Amino acid sequence: MRTSTLILQTAALAIMPLQLMFSAFLLLRGHNEPGGGFIGGLVAASAFVLYAFTFGADSTRKLLRAKPQDLLAAGLLLGLASTIPALIAGQPMLTAHWWQLPLPGEGYLKLSTVLIFDIGVYLAVLGTLMTFVIGLMEVEQ
Amino acid sequence: MMLLAVLSGFLVTALVPLLNRLAGSYIGWVLALVPALLAAYFASLVPEVSNGGRLLLEYPWMPGLNISLDFLVDGLSLVFALLISGIGVFILIYAGAYLKGHKDLGRFYVILLSFMASMLGLVLADNLITFFVFWELTSITSYLLIGFHHEDADARKFALQGLFVTAGGGLALLAGLILLGTITGEYSFSGLLESGTLISQHPYYTAALVCILIGAFTKSAQWPFHFWLPNAMAAPTPVSAYLHSATMVKAGVYLLARLNEPMGDTLLWSGTLMAFGTMTMITGAYLAYSNTGIKKLLAYSTVMALGTLTLLIGVGTELALTAFVCFLVAHSLYKGALFMLAGALDHATGTKDITRMGGLRHSMPLTAAITGLATLSLAGLPPLFGFVAKELLLEALLQSPLWSAGLLMATLFSAMLVVAVAGLLVIKPFFGATVKMPKQPHEAPMAMLAGPAVLALLALIFGVAPALPASLILDAAISASVGSPVATKLALWHGINVPLMLSAASLVVGAVLVHQWPKLQPRLHRLNSTMARRGPEAGYFGFMQGLAQFASWQTRRLQNGVLGTYLLILVLVTFGLTGYTLLFRYDIDLAFDLADSYFYEWGIALLVVAATVFACITQSRLASVASVGVLGFGVALTFIHFSAPDLGITQLLVETLTVILLVLVLFKLPPFVNLSTPWERYRDLAVAVFAGSVMALLMLAVLDVRYFESISTFFIENSYALAQGRNIVNVILVDFRQLDTLGEIFVLGLAAIGVYSMLKLRAEDQQKP
Repeated sequence: MRTSTLILQTAALAIMPLQLMFSAFLLLRGHNEPGGGFIGGLVAASAFVLYAFTFGADSTRKLLRAKPQDLLAAGLLLGLASTIPALIAGQPMLTAHWWQLPLPGEGYLKLSTVLIFDIGVYLAVLGTLMTFVIGLMEVEQ
Repeated sequence: MMLLAVLSGFLVTALVPLLNRLAGSYIGWVLALVPALLAAYFASLVPEVSNGGRLLLEYPWMPGLNISLDFLVDGLSLVFALLISGIGVFILIYAGAYLKGHKDLGRFYVILLSFMASMLGLVLADNLITFFVFWELTSITSYLLIGFHHEDADARKFALQGLFVTAGGGLALLAGLILLGTITGEYSFSGLLESGTLISQHPYYTAALVCILIGAFTKSAQWPFHFWLPNAMAAPTPVSAYLHSATMVKAGVYLLARLNEPMGDTLLWSGTLMAFGTMTMITGAYLAYSNTGIKKLLAYSTVMALGTLTLLIGVGTELALTAFVCFLVAHSLYKGALFMLAGALDHATGTKDITRMGGLRHSMPLTAAITGLATLSLAGLPPLFGFVAKELLLEALLQSPLWSAGLLMATLFSAMLVVAVAGLLVIKPFFGATVKMPKQPHEAPMAMLAGPAVLALLALIFGVAPALPASLILDAAISASVGSPVATKLALWHGINVPLMLSAASLVVGAVLVHQWPKLQPRLHRLNSTMARRGPEAGYFGFMQGLAQFASWQTRRLQNGVLGTYLLILVLVTFGLTGYTLLFRYDIDLAFDLADSYFYEWGIALLVVAATVFACITQSRLASVASVGVLGFGVALTFIHFSAPDLGITQLLVETLTVILLVLVLFKLPPFVNLSTPWERYRDLAVAVFAGSVMALLMLAVLDVRYFESISTFFIENSYALAQGRNIVNVILVDFRQLDTLGEIFVLGLAAIGVYSMLKLRAEDQQKP
């Protein structure tokens, strides 16, 4: 698989960070505009897939740092963790909680269990796809 | 308090690994504190029920489903609870010595304590479903106990046999309990007890009865399910001593006694119980007499005792139930003692075969004395409690309203055999000439003799002064199974009467049988081996083999590994059923208006159709994958056109990644060849066209009907108000329908694990096509 051209390599290095930033952007704005954890995860996955196609499975593993399965597990755990505040408050499971943190200046930061959950979805999608792709690529070698 | 008492066995298991390290060889003594405290607690409840009272301790569990952890304490359940915890004390001490230094001793105690707790839950539970849960827990834990020596193939096989028989019966029991609940509307024993004759006059009565009896008979090893009990002797001896004296096998009998009041009093009930009880009793006694292994002998005599107990419930008179309770207690005491002694003998001599033991009274005097005392009770000789029970049994059968003469003869026959068995148990190992044994015999350690000694002494005390246990608890137990207050007058000596004469006769014949045993036993044993080929156990193995064959046949047919077949079956079934409903149960309005469609909508439609057709007819895999991608993008365009940008983006991304994944997989596939015949391809085409048409019709039908008001208005109105988000799709995903999404990401995880294991842990025959 490491027969990629110089053009692809150069392009991948330029495109990939953009894709990752875009995926984070999609994830964070998802609650009000098109986007969300699922779409964000898909974009991030396609960024890493592009990288994997260009530089191979091993370097992708290094870039990811964590094992894809661990990303998936972390995503599932975050998804479950987002149910804890409701549990503590004695509300029905998955009741959303919102916190507003004042920021210096005018604005404030809106945090919520929903956001934690969305990050969980993001990681789960990314982990699943990377498990597929890296697994398949390693089988070929 | 009661909740804690019942569950303490489970809770303490958490401490066992730690205790195992700290207490070392004293672990048995330390853990025995648990049942000892439990026994003390149950004993403290005795005054509450001794005048026929009933205690209902309520703990809610799942109120929405009408399942509670209510406990019903009356004489019957308390007798059982006392036996379970009381004998449990000695079993735990005994096991520490018997399995001394075994590497899995900790695990053994974990399972044994769990088993004890399940058993306590079973006899104390008031709610029918809770009762069933504990019932199944005893099946599972006893499976682990019987198969404790899991390196031994036989132990595994017989543990599995016990599990299949008792858990299979458990399913029938569940059905029976639900039927009872349906009839009375009460899912509790206390409710059933109040129901009067409602159950026995209900049309479901027979069905409920059959289901309950299957459950109780399998658990209590009644004929024809008796074979699992002697096979369960593959367990370590402490397990046998516990399971087969006071606990596991008595669960079925407990259930029968518990239901005797609400369900009994019909010919069907008494007739069935009497017939199966008698059959079991005779079979057990006969097989005990014709075996030489000391544990097998005891196991078959347990089968005989269980048959007797069932028979007595079937007779059902006040006297019979008195005999039932006395026999139950007597049997638990002497059988617990005898099993532990058998283990001590095995431990000391290295053999289980009584023909290979002899003259042990010199080397093991204490064991000999205790065995003698316990077997006196087994044989039903005065002044032990077994005698009181046997007299009551014969008296009850004499006065039985049904089949008195026949039952009496059968009981006499088995009593003779049991007397002979009792004689053999003492005479063979302890008297006669000293035989060379695999090990140099020595006296058993204190921990192994304490239990049998106490149990045998109890049998003696209860025999000499039967009024003592009667006034404390037995009367209450009898009242609970009769259903009205009873005051018995138990006595050791009733004067010279018919039961005493019959008892004496059984002793004489028993003595003759002991004398003839060396000649008779080998012949009977040969006869048994021939008969076993047609016996119930052969039936069990035949059934299991048939099941395995059927399973492999249907796996070969349905799960043959050809993806095309799976798809064909799935699509045909799904769309066949949907299409049937759609075409025959529903009028479709096919009129739809194409006038307001735009030319680019037609364009997208054409693109999608063309891509589909091309994907089907192309000879190149890559082209096929690419055109499936085109199809996906067409769908994405449709989403975007109908203003669903989120769906559109998702679809685009998913399509891109799918194509990438497919291309990656393509490299792994063998060269493209046509494996299917033209006929198969036309069949598949027809199925595909059919599925597509049904789907299209379904879409049209969906547009046409509206059973409920659309939920979208709710989402649109509340998306920001309730969930603080303007992107409705995302709000639905992560808030309104968050549970669905949570489930879906777990499905994603499962899929990833599946793919990962297929890729990394490939089967060795992966090279085959």
